[in-house]
Amino acid sequence: MAASTGKSFVSRFGVHIAVFIFVAIWTIPTLGILVSSLRDKDQIIASGWWNSFTSSSQTEAGRLPPASAQVEKEGKFVLQGNIFGDGPARNISAFGVKSAAPTQYPAGTTADLGDGVTLQLNADGSFVMTSPKAFESERGQRVYYASSAPPKFTTDNYDTVLFSEGIGRSFMNSLTVTIPATVIPILIAAFAAYALAWMRFPGRALLIAVIIGLLVVPLQMSLIPLLKLYNGVGSFFGVPSKTYLGIWLAHTGFGLPFAIYLLRSYIAGLPREIMESARIDGASDFEIFVKIVLPLSFPVLASFAIFQFLWVWNDLLVAMVFLGTEGDQIVLTAKLNALLGSRGGDWEILTTSAFVTIIVPLIVFFSLQRYFVRGLLAGSVKGG
Amino acid sequence: MAAQIFSAIFVIIIGVGGCVAYFWGANKALDTIFPARGVSGKAAINNLRRQGVIRPWLFVGPAMIILTIYLIYPVVETLRLSFLDRGGAHFVGLANYQWAFGDREFRNSILNNIIWLAVVPAACTFLGLIIAVLTDKIWWGTIAKSLIFLPLAISFVGASVIWKFIYEYRGDGQTQIGLLNAIIQYFGGQPQVWISLPFWNNFFLMVILIWIQTGFAMVILSSALRGIPEETLEAAVIDGANPFQIFWKIMVPQIWGTIAVVWTTITILVLKVFDIVLTMTNGQWNSQVLANLMFDWMFRGGGDFGRGATIAIIIMIAVIPIMVWNIRQANKETEGH
Repeated sequence: MAASTGKSFVSRFGVHIAVFIFVAIWTIPTLGILVSSLRDKDQIIASGWWNSFTSSSQTEAGRLPPASAQVEKEGKFVLQGNIFGDGPARNISAFGVKSAAPTQYPAGTTADLGDGVTLQLNADGSFVMTSPKAFESERGQRVYYASSAPPKFTTDNYDTVLFSEGIGRSFMNSLTVTIPATVIPILIAAFAAYALAWMRFPGRALLIAVIIGLLVVPLQMSLIPLLKLYNGVGSFFGVPSKTYLGIWLAHTGFGLPFAIYLLRSYIAGLPREIMESARIDGASDFEIFVKIVLPLSFPVLASFAIFQFLWVWNDLLVAMVFLGTEGDQIVLTAKLNALLGSRGGDWEILTTSAFVTIIVPLIVFFSLQRYFVRGLLAGSVKGG
Repeated sequence: MAAQIFSAIFVIIIGVGGCVAYFWGANKALDTIFPARGVSGKAAINNLRRQGVIRPWLFVGPAMIILTIYLIYPVVETLRLSFLDRGGAHFVGLANYQWAFGDREFRNSILNNIIWLAVVPAACTFLGLIIAVLTDKIWWGTIAKSLIFLPLAISFVGASVIWKFIYEYRGDGQTQIGLLNAIIQYFGGQPQVWISLPFWNNFFLMVILIWIQTGFAMVILSSALRGIPEETLEAAVIDGANPFQIFWKIMVPQIWGTIAVVWTTITILVLKVFDIVLTMTNGQWNSQVLANLMFDWMFRGGGDFGRGATIAIIIMIAVIPIMVWNIRQANKETEGH
């Protein structure tokens, strides 16, 4: 390959730049929600996440204390204090008293509000308002100001989504769905794959063809009949139709064609000599399978397990059809979808929830990428 | 919650234990009913033969039962339901199909699906191929590939949130917190509500799937590129071919089969795309696709199973050519052995 590469410095440099741009496009979106999920929720809407490391400026509104807080000084009535109260300090650049002109006066200047009333608001939030007459209103003066807040990162969003938005619960539900739905098909598929690869029986070729055909049957074909079947079984036995058992079996069924296909092509490639020498030693098919085939097939079993895990964890359609949408059953993807509807503009909730839903696949993916890629290659290159 | 964890663990043990018990027990039972040891020679041979006939079915039995219930029966049943009315009680002939082709939303979905099919597999394959070739030439190619591959692990819903955040629109004069609108504004353009932009919104949804699937195409194609014999490339270099000629005339023709596999795999995925449309627009602003429309009819107004089944059948019809091709390929391969 190196021989075919353009040798000039410019073209080599160009390749680096091009790849760098691709990598940037493919990572920046995910980075965006990770950074946002760690930002203060007021800052998320005040500035783009790419500005999160610089101070963000925003226009806010506050209210000065009511008339009861005034003191009389040298014949004038004075209100004094800090507009931020006990809240976090920010840096004020300008202020105003009309919503139409929220930044009319630079910070630190004294604004003349008419009738001899003056207001001075300093950069640190301290203010002095004076008037020749006593203040009367029990509602304090409304003040608008442009403030810039230093970058603020927090894990509060995670606290919120995990414990009060129900994401924590959904996380457990997702695990409850995913682990059995990953483990159950493996054994069933492994036995079937062994029989299809190494045992002779009538109809074997047909069975293999059927499985390859089923590989591409859209899930949509199964939904309505299974929904009817589940409802029927549910009402016949007087049990709920939406159960974890139901979804485990559904995921097992939908995952089986690929599992059998993947495992069969691997198991068929195991050396014949090993099987035959074991058979001569008097081992039965069951013993050969358990003692020889299973251990040798570990890599492909791992590949399938990762596939199935990611597929089930990331699935939305099956979960929405076969599982309830209440707290004790709703999985992460369905919960995230519901939040998109109910908390549409609350990006601190959405970005954080999204990150919680993708973190497990990302960990699995990064730690076991080798097996994943191997499965991908075996699963698609050979037969399609 | 603790109870749920326990019941999950319990179920895993029961499920796995049940599977093991079945396979072990069935096997044991077979050995006991038709013993091959401890009986006279002729009986032993007979019993061994019987075992050989029965045992494969014990192994494939559970898989066959599950496949029948979850895939084969539903395919037949969906076909039947597509000729029945909404509740599945009365035969209505081709009325559902007639309805479908007269329905504005359905026709819009078909049109959108065709655009998806034309754009997404091509874009993924093309980008995947380019990235595969480029990353092969640099020392940090593996890291780059890993990062581009990463979105494949992200759920469609998660990816939708990620991209919805990029497309986020805020009114004029407000700070744009969506990356796309911020870039547009930076260059003096007018921020847009991207996902409700008629016609073009489809492409903004497609970007999400392309973003996810390019890594898949890249990995498969990258491995195929590695399999190209060095000599063919060296010969081309000696003959004075430039890099573009080498790419188009030497490399691409040799991995044509793999390109076809990647293309068809993504095509099937596109036909089934549902989550992205549901979460981004739910079919509003003319962005409906068949899979989402089908889901919609399954539950719309208490559910219209006839129409839902009809849409499923139409998705299935689109998949059949690929299915036939796959089976043929596989048969060729087995015959080759």
